[in-house]
Amino acid sequence: MTAAIQIRDISKQFRLYSEKHTSLKERVIHGGKMPFTPFWALRDVSVDIEQGETFGILGRNGCGKSTLLKCVAGILKPTSGEIRVRGSLAAMLELGAGFQPDLSGRDNIFLNGSLLGLSHNEIAKRFDEIVAFAELEDFIDNQVKFYSSGMYVRLGFAVAVNVDPDVLLVDEVLAVGDAAFQRKCLDHVKRLQREGRTIVVVSHATDTMRQNCQRVMVMKQGQVITIDEPGEGIRVFLADLLGVGAAEPGKDGSIRGNVLAIGAVHAEHGGSGERMHLYPGESLTVTADIDALASVPGAMATIAIHDDAHELVFASDPDDPIAAVDVPEGGGIVRFHFPEVPLLDGTYSVSVGIRSTTDTAVFDWKDQVTKFEVANPTRSTGKVRLPLDVSFRLRGSATTGEVPAVTSEPAVLAGWEEPSA
Amino acid sequence: MSLGVEEPASAEPDRPTAIGGSTRFVPGQSHDRITVVNGKVQLGQRLVDLWRNRDLLVLLTRTELKIKYKQSVLGYAWSMLNPALVLGIYYVIFKVISKTTQPHFAIWLFCGLIAWNLFNASAMSSTTVVVGKAGIIKKVAFPRELLALSTVAVALVLFVIQLVVLVVFLLAFQLAPDWPALSLLPLAVLALIVFSGAVAVFLSAVTVYLRDTQHLAEVFLMAWFWGTPIVYSFGMIEPHLARWHLTWIYLANPIAPIAMSFQRAIYGQTSYTDAAGVHTLLPSWGLGGYALMLSAILIVSIVLFLGALVVFGRLEGNFAEEL
Repeated sequence: MTAAIQIRDISKQFRLYSEKHTSLKERVIHGGKMPFTPFWALRDVSVDIEQGETFGILGRNGCGKSTLLKCVAGILKPTSGEIRVRGSLAAMLELGAGFQPDLSGRDNIFLNGSLLGLSHNEIAKRFDEIVAFAELEDFIDNQVKFYSSGMYVRLGFAVAVNVDPDVLLVDEVLAVGDAAFQRKCLDHVKRLQREGRTIVVVSHATDTMRQNCQRVMVMKQGQVITIDEPGEGIRVFLADLLGVGAAEPGKDGSIRGNVLAIGAVHAEHGGSGERMHLYPGESLTVTADIDALASVPGAMATIAIHDDAHELVFASDPDDPIAAVDVPEGGGIVRFHFPEVPLLDGTYSVSVGIRSTTDTAVFDWKDQVTKFEVANPTRSTGKVRLPLDVSFRLRGSATTGEVPAVTSEPAVLAGWEEPSA
Repeated sequence: MSLGVEEPASAEPDRPTAIGGSTRFVPGQSHDRITVVNGKVQLGQRLVDLWRNRDLLVLLTRTELKIKYKQSVLGYAWSMLNPALVLGIYYVIFKVISKTTQPHFAIWLFCGLIAWNLFNASAMSSTTVVVGKAGIIKKVAFPRELLALSTVAVALVLFVIQLVVLVVFLLAFQLAPDWPALSLLPLAVLALIVFSGAVAVFLSAVTVYLRDTQHLAEVFLMAWFWGTPIVYSFGMIEPHLARWHLTWIYLANPIAPIAMSFQRAIYGQTSYTDAAGVHTLLPSWGLGGYALMLSAILIVSIVLFLGALVVFGRLEGNFAEEL
């Protein structure tokens, strides 16, 4: 494979001025001096992005991921280092950037397409396709300032993806328009992937990353923490974000301190042995095998549960003292017990982690290692079975005459137990 | 910013091939172009990028015109209001109040003003163009010099309209231009465009860092206007200049010989006679002399233009942060 984008030791310094003199008058008055604090938005970032790869950049706000994208796009000039991009490039940093409100949609397609590097003829060839994609056939000759925000964004996306770039840079803009348009956008991105184009996505939405990317780079404070396959990358990112432990970039980019390692993880529930699924309200026990090279007093065990859309349902408090376990040399088994799981239908995955209390190192984190299924026998729907009381009283009476109507206590559920039970 | 250095890419047997679709991803050709983003972009590369994006220049210019003049005849007529007023004011002052005896003084004025307007309009709007288009600059990468050049192109369109009006004036007054001297005009216009381009590129970049450039430029351009023989004639002040040996310094202002070429070609007369005697308007150089002057200005302007591109390139790197 050849690298589509080679990023070599890119650093970017911003100057934060306490007071900025933007006119000659001010400069003369202040003798030309402008004190500033240097701020490194990017520090020695190096990565090769392969041709045809969908590459994700994850990080918290202000970690430098957008700055990096702007450098690749050529909007910002890096302070040092070099970026080589093979083939044509289109950046979707903001949809509809450069639209002129006073021009018609038609004129804006030509202007925007030109800004993205297309010639007049190329745009003319794709014009109908762009208009159809944006679903704006009836409004294309109206001034863009009369467009709704949805129409505006749709047009911007339609132009950007129809530029047919070899390399597409996307900055958290895929979430536009209504559900139907979103699916269309995703389909289009999928097609670009199939066609072997290189796509770089910047986001902090882990589920998009997991679904679309082949590799993920995690950034923090302008530096690369890790570059890995999405599962591992997201683990590092979440470990950092959720405070499970701040991951520090080690020598080889790995998480340091592998004194403890998590082995097999099992989930058992109230119905284990008899049925595959558990009922809402039943108990759940997760056991994790821990191997320890040395004894670790006061390790913190954490657990997280995601639904099948990779949305986080629950993550345990990383500083909760009940999660502290003393692991002797050789290891043992950590047991997490949920007396009651009030979840409704769905397949849920369990992630288990262990970190040290004394410093912030993560020993190990197994991302979504095991699954359990919840089957809801009642006709209630949603995600969580909230405890519910419904009562009824007559209007005239103040306190008396309460009629208990329905209670969703386990007693009701008991009637639904397996016939064999 | 740098849509930078292009390199011949090595042959690649392992490129992915297109799947489906008609207009999709054809390996080879421009897809093997390598773009380098770093601190430095060579001047030659800048020129190549500008040439590659000439379609964009046309579009930016058209956009500007559309927004300003709404693509209507009345809109363009409106754009003539300002030059017409300027012309009217100077005409009234010199013809009615100071009672100049120069024949067809309006045509004389118009010849110089038309050249000046091109320069003035592009210089003035170049001080606002980069700051005004901050939205695009922060989000899209393209050769930003095009923004400055589009101000020259817009001014050029207005120049052509004014030229048409001038021809109408000539027909109305039944005046003929100096036909042989008209051959100077293309060279004069070219030199004027290149010089205006140099100034526009320079000013547009400097304004980002020194926002009051706009106001300074306004004052400076006013002084410049009066240092150029437009309202008065070069013949009128030449004796004074010669006394102090300032003639060549005066002519170092590129707009001066350009304006004089316009006057020589369109107004035609180099002197006129009234009761007080003979008044010289223009120096008695042959057409070759004018052509030589204009060629020198063109060469200097090209050098200035390249210099302005270099300055622009140095300042441009931080546009996205400064705006």
